Amino acid sequence: MATPNTPLWEVFIRSRNGLAHKHVGSLHAADATLALQAARDIYTRRGEGLSIWVVPSSAITASDPSEKGMMFEPAESKIYRHPTFYDVPEEVGHM
Amino acid sequence: MYTQALNSSDGDDRFIEDADRAAAFQARIDDDERIEPNDWMPAAYRKTLTRQISQHAHSEIVGMLPEGNWITRAPSLRRKAALLAKVQDECGHGLYLYAAAETLGSSREELVDAMLAGKAKYSSIFNYPTLTWADIGTIGWLVDGAAIMNQIPLCRCSYGPYARAMIRVCKEESFHQRQGFEIMLTLCRGTDEQKAMAQNSLDRWWWPVLMMFGPPDQVSQHSDTSTKWKIKRFSNDELRQKFVDATVPQAQFLGLTIPDPGMKQDAEGHWRYSEIDWTEFKQVLAGNGPCNRDRLAARRKAHDEGAWVRDAAAAYAEKRARRSMAQAAE
Repeated sequence: MATPNTPLWEVFIRSRNGLAHKHVGSLHAADATLALQAARDIYTRRGEGLSIWVVPSSAITASDPSEKGMMFEPAESKIYRHPTFYDVPEEVGHM
Repeated sequence: MYTQALNSSDGDDRFIEDADRAAAFQARIDDDERIEPNDWMPAAYRKTLTRQISQHAHSEIVGMLPEGNWITRAPSLRRKAALLAKVQDECGHGLYLYAAAETLGSSREELVDAMLAGKAKYSSIFNYPTLTWADIGTIGWLVDGAAIMNQIPLCRCSYGPYARAMIRVCKEESFHQRQGFEIMLTLCRGTDEQKAMAQNSLDRWWWPVLMMFGPPDQVSQHSDTSTKWKIKRFSNDELRQKFVDATVPQAQFLGLTIPDPGMKQDAEGHWRYSEIDWTEFKQVLAGNGPCNRDRLAARRKAHDEGAWVRDAAAAYAEKRARRSMAQAAE
């Protein structure tokens, strides 16, 4: 009997500088406990983080890259959402 | 981390399945966009990368063996702790790379099985034995040094997961090279016997290390495609020359002699090395190096002896999943 494939997990680490958990990579583990331990060994050998999340890769829903135009174009055309769109006279100073 | 001879490949598979999509794909590459796992890509791009990244991963894993050979015999606790950390890093590098290769659609089990079956290559440098403690110094200084030369350009490779894995690897690799050089420096400043051991090690490793960069440009297959796809950014000979130019002054600092009487510096300052014996390289690639059989046998033994751990972990996970299902039903 072939060994069933070991589930895949995505690993997220929060570094000590207070930023959000960030995706760092993936690994295989039979369950969540083992995934956490493996993530500690693989992704934090040099004190890269203070907190780890592991998420089953199968639980992630991703946007379709072929639809990225439709997804993201609406934001690109709205330049008035950026502060640089608005003119403030120089004498007003920093705003 | 070690890439070598990974751009030599089987057969001609550069077919184009859909000219429009292939053109759009090439345009993205030309724009320096990164290709991500769910993006459309030519089958040959997927195949080339799967082969290259998985062979790179196998090299990391097999690379643990020659160095692991000296963990219990390291000359001091400091050296032992450093070597242990280095071997753990190699394992980690293998795992980052397997994960990157899997994003192209092969399972970890398939990739590992291909290596254990002897169907997938790994860097031929690991088919040489580590006979003395000085070899641990030489591996760090030269083998990792050569690997860094190869890997830095890969941090900008067109395939996102591979490039990201290489960035992590390169950050860790510089410790490897420095610890190797420190071992060599200590030996070279030691007794005559220690210095002779360092020289003997350099004599044995120099040429195999130059071979790590792969065949000379005029015979390297598929380099053109890999360059067009921005997987490869420099040719084998360019990287080899860069490595030699960086290494010669380091050897001079150590007071060691590079075992190439024909080597000389040209007018532009490049150190020109003599002809490389490519028959040896081909022999080692074909499975006839000093340690090919040992390395594969050691990997197979480790895999077989770990089977009960994988089975137990899977059985435990299944039992827990069944229990929580039953509890939820109550």
